[in-house]
Amino acid sequence: MRLDVHDLAFGYPGKEVGQGVTFALAGGEVLCLLGPNGGGKTTLFKTVLRLLAPRRGRVSVDGAPITDWSRLRLARVFGYVPQAQLGVFPFTVVETVLMGRTAHIGPFATPSRGDRAIAQEMLAVLGIGHLAARPYTEISGGERQLTLIARALAQQPAILVMDEPTASLDFGNQVRVLAEIEQLARRGIAVMLSTHDPDHAFLCAHRVALLHHGRLARLGPPGEVITRESLREVYGVEVTVTEVTGADGRVAHVCVPTLGPLERGILPRHPGHPS
Amino acid sequence: MSPDSISALRLSLQVAVAATALNALVGIPIAYALARRRFRGRSLVDLLVTLPLILPPTVVGYYLIVLLGRRGVLGAPLYQLTGWTVAFTWYAAVIAATVMALPLLVRTVRAAIESVDRDLERAAYTLGRSELRTVLEVTLPLARNGILAGLVLAFARALGEFGATLMLAGNIPGRTATVPLSIYTAVQTGERAEALGLVAVLTALSCLVLIAANRLGARAA
Repeated sequence: MRLDVHDLAFGYPGKEVGQGVTFALAGGEVLCLLGPNGGGKTTLFKTVLRLLAPRRGRVSVDGAPITDWSRLRLARVFGYVPQAQLGVFPFTVVETVLMGRTAHIGPFATPSRGDRAIAQEMLAVLGIGHLAARPYTEISGGERQLTLIARALAQQPAILVMDEPTASLDFGNQVRVLAEIEQLARRGIAVMLSTHDPDHAFLCAHRVALLHHGRLARLGPPGEVITRESLREVYGVEVTVTEVTGADGRVAHVCVPTLGPLERGILPRHPGHPS
Repeated sequence: MSPDSISALRLSLQVAVAATALNALVGIPIAYALARRRFRGRSLVDLLVTLPLILPPTVVGYYLIVLLGRRGVLGAPLYQLTGWTVAFTWYAAVIAATVMALPLLVRTVRAAIESVDRDLERAAYTLGRSELRTVLEVTLPLARNGILAGLVLAFARALGEFGATLMLAGNIPGRTATVPLSIYTAVQTGERAEALGLVAVLTALSCLVLIAANRLGARAA
């Protein structure tokens, strides 16, 4: 399936957050959204998912605008992994994942054995099978994030939208989630995620979109978008982008920020960048 | 108690229950729309629903006559079509009580719905639930306390309705004379004992409703 976002303006009633956003995303592709806090990433996601009405522009799937789609039809195409939050209700982890089957269960039916099997399988895929019977409200932030990913996978979507899926994870789980994203793309799923870590974009993304002040400042392959200049422009920090050859022979890119001369301390004494 | 008093009591309960049911049917959807939807004429709906709280009941009753009386805007065509008119019937008392109780229900329920975390509704949407089912399965259950409180307020208001009922339904013993109207008649005609009995019953009934509401609220919370 192919997602098309055309000239989208998004925001809340009375407040525009972003505009002029155009991009396409095909099955098997990973698009990574980078940008500072408050740059509009979450609002853009909510608008693509039609949780917020677009102020202008269009979102379409395979050329058909999704404006009049039912929630059921939307949920069979789009899976959403929100930023992990404290749970409100003490549903168990497996129950939470089972909710991902909602769109595939008849209007008055209950989850079938097949649905339960899918939920268990997704827990296993993400390595959290041992948490199945634990209440969602009592597990760690990282475990909650993995549970929400498992829920979205149980939904078996063609397009997966993930809002900072690595944000609250430890290093090991970050790598596991990035590897899982790569696997999902190989299976033909279109993945759109946001992150605060340019290195993660280098690791898993085919294309990177840089969202700054609600506009797409850049859009293209990671190597072209994530540069010393663009990161300085968007984040206001100095970085060096460098190549590293991994143990498996793959060449990876990493960003190393420059913290400035040590004697400057945390707060700069003089405005401006170190020369 | 006299047979008239007993029939007044039965009528009052009937009217209050019917008006509360109508309030739930009409008022909860209005409260949801006002809380969650942006639509043309939203502030007009808000104003119309709230007006009975501000206007004197006789004024509301007058508008109801203009609307539903035998020569009313809706009443005339109805009379021509069926030969029946709602004015001075039991139904008129129900309509008057419903309209007068509506602002209390809508305002309470609206506040309860507005306090439900929208992200919980959005979670249901992203999993494929329609707006209607999300309302039924997520929003209303979470707003349950406020809805119960609103229904109790509406019931109490309907039970005590006087002015608008008098205008639209009249004060016909056994047909439209509810307890508040019967109390007025009893006092006017000097039947002190009759009035006292009805006052006592209405007071006791109101206390019972409040106690029940508090219990329900405590259990739900």
